[in-house]
Amino acid sequence: MDERMIPLMIDGIKVEVPEGTTVLEAAKKAHVKIPTLCFLKDVNEIGACRMCVVDYGARALQAACVLQVAPNMIIRTNTPEVREARRTVLELILSNHDKKCLSCVRSQNCELQKLSVELGIENGDEFKGEQNTYDVDNVSPCVVRDNNKCILCRRCVSTCIDAQGCGVIGPVQRGFKTSIESPWNLHLNDMACIGCGQCITNCPVGALYEKEQIDIVWDMLADKDLHVVVQTAPAVRAALGEEFGLPMGTNVTGQMAEALRRMGFDKVFDTNFGADLTIMEEATELIDRLKNGGVLPMITSCSPGWVKYCETYHPDFIPNLSSCKSPHEMMGAVIKSYYAQTMNIPIDKLRVVSVMPCTAKKFEAKRPELAANGMPDVDAVITTRELAKMIKTAGIDFPSLPEGTFDPLLSEASGAGVIFGATGGVMEAALRTAYETLTGKELQKLDFSDVRGTQGIKEASVEIGNLKFNVAVVNGTANAGQLLEQVRSGKKNYQFIEVMGCPGGCVTGGGQPVVSAQTRLTVDPRKVRAGALYQADAGMKLRKSHENPSIKKLYEDFLEKPNSHKAHYLLHTHYTKRPKYSK
Amino acid sequence: MAENAQKYEKLDQIIRQHKDEPGNLMPVMQEAQEIFGCVPLDVQERIADGLGVTLSEVYGVATFYSQFALEPKGKYVISVCLGTACYVKGSQQVLDKICEELGTASGKTSDDGMFTIQATRCIGACGLAPVMTINDEVHGRITADDVPAILGKYKV
Repeated sequence: MDERMIPLMIDGIKVEVPEGTTVLEAAKKAHVKIPTLCFLKDVNEIGACRMCVVDYGARALQAACVLQVAPNMIIRTNTPEVREARRTVLELILSNHDKKCLSCVRSQNCELQKLSVELGIENGDEFKGEQNTYDVDNVSPCVVRDNNKCILCRRCVSTCIDAQGCGVIGPVQRGFKTSIESPWNLHLNDMACIGCGQCITNCPVGALYEKEQIDIVWDMLADKDLHVVVQTAPAVRAALGEEFGLPMGTNVTGQMAEALRRMGFDKVFDTNFGADLTIMEEATELIDRLKNGGVLPMITSCSPGWVKYCETYHPDFIPNLSSCKSPHEMMGAVIKSYYAQTMNIPIDKLRVVSVMPCTAKKFEAKRPELAANGMPDVDAVITTRELAKMIKTAGIDFPSLPEGTFDPLLSEASGAGVIFGATGGVMEAALRTAYETLTGKELQKLDFSDVRGTQGIKEASVEIGNLKFNVAVVNGTANAGQLLEQVRSGKKNYQFIEVMGCPGGCVTGGGQPVVSAQTRLTVDPRKVRAGALYQADAGMKLRKSHENPSIKKLYEDFLEKPNSHKAHYLLHTHYTKRPKYSK
Repeated sequence: MAENAQKYEKLDQIIRQHKDEPGNLMPVMQEAQEIFGCVPLDVQERIADGLGVTLSEVYGVATFYSQFALEPKGKYVISVCLGTACYVKGSQQVLDKICEELGTASGKTSDDGMFTIQATRCIGACGLAPVMTINDEVHGRITADDVPAILGKYKV
């Protein structure tokens, strides 16, 4: 069906855009950038902050983010009146903002700061007066909330309820006293917050950020008695470069490995190896459940945000969760057993640091059940953003670094491990291995394109030998909740479901570099970053987890076979039903 | 205890009644407040779970509108009008005196649970300014000096 095209004039430039387009988006076509603050494409489109006002000849200025184009509209975005209105709006917001940019994690990547520069704000004190002050909520192991910086745009609120189905924060009180809070003055930690950190990546300012573990890691590295091992998740390499000005979608695996070595880690391992190991265990578990009448559908358990969501909001599906630990936890357990024994390192002197695209992993690493060797499998978790900060602090000139390599033993990985970072990747990796394990035949076409892409819910039917089954791939926990409802009611019938807690999967996880709302108007980081991973997979010779020689060796030397007694002890876990409110 | 169980049963019934109506949150909260005298945490949780909304939303509404109370109100609710007419006639001094007499801040309930003090907008009795109400009784043309005697009648 042809879209009806609407002609209009923006600042004297004629453009044609499809019906239903907003003036904000249409302006892009005229090469006009309209400033925004509360707007975030597909997430928060409420026209609340009035930063994007334009003149279209009406009595009052209109918010371009919610104003749809009409035939022959005449829009003016750069009149004295518009400029003055925007400046006033910005000054009013700044009048109740702490303006402590020096100590702010988002300095230089803050939408409010950037607008202040662009609109010629001087001190931001035109409307001096009473200012609210708030205690910082830093009790959660994942997310810190600092309302002294909050501009009440509600991007976090929409994200939490609409995309993630949690709604653990919302506006409280009214007028000048309004703030975004958990109800009843509870901490985020007392609420059913899953720690996914999507609120962080969608915040325009520094009101939300991860609970940093940077100092803990520096202390480990400075302690000469410790042997500190680092591992990096698949998605980190697809985004880390952005923190150093490299184009989105640049794969920086080599520079990342080199930077970590220069920072002083004793060994640099690749969590992709852990992903391959997860597939060995998970595909075996799936086949076992399919053949022996186990609980179906089996649902993946790599995403700690999703796991906590399931434990809290849908505990009846706990038996469906794969008992496999997530890849970095498997890595941790193997590092503190197999690696420690092979290298003869006392495990009380061994530390494992995970670099993750994820804030929920910080909570996961503290789960008491994830301590196979009598101590946590993983000792510290830092996000992609934290790693970038550490690299900058260390004075490492990242973009010009020569490409380094991971250390052998626990790093060799297949393309199946690489694509774990994108929605559909775990499913595809599992199917590659399940197919060949079940049929004993070589899989001809390795790409399962039905499960790729950024749609919230994807479905496919798979035939493996004489086994026919339905699979689904979901990203974003709100979508997961919706799908589970259909499974519960019997409307849908699947044997295997992949869930990634964050929309787009780990590539756009809560620990990844923050992409501004203006960039997200035209670029979809979910696609671009996933592209880097799929490209890496396509370029690899080794693309199936079970063909990974290092994985085979690990089983031969140590774990015996997938789902063996030892594998179960080290690589599998269990889950706990959690209350929605803990007071 | 049994009385409480009865109240919760009534609340559940109201939730069931309104469950599928659009815009049902505020009516349910209003009826809940009538039953319990306020909308405390456990009542809010029950409403949230019952209507399939988040506790954040319920609490947001409860704190947005001043007619919802989070804590039980006192036996007597004193509302002092701070509308323009009453204000220029000195109702602020009346309010201050009440707070002083009861040792309780505006918007709060006295420790013995007897009095809740609140400031209100114009109640439409400007001819009696300055005016206050104690539950359903109206007291007009009062001064700060009248306050102890008026309160004395309720203190018994």
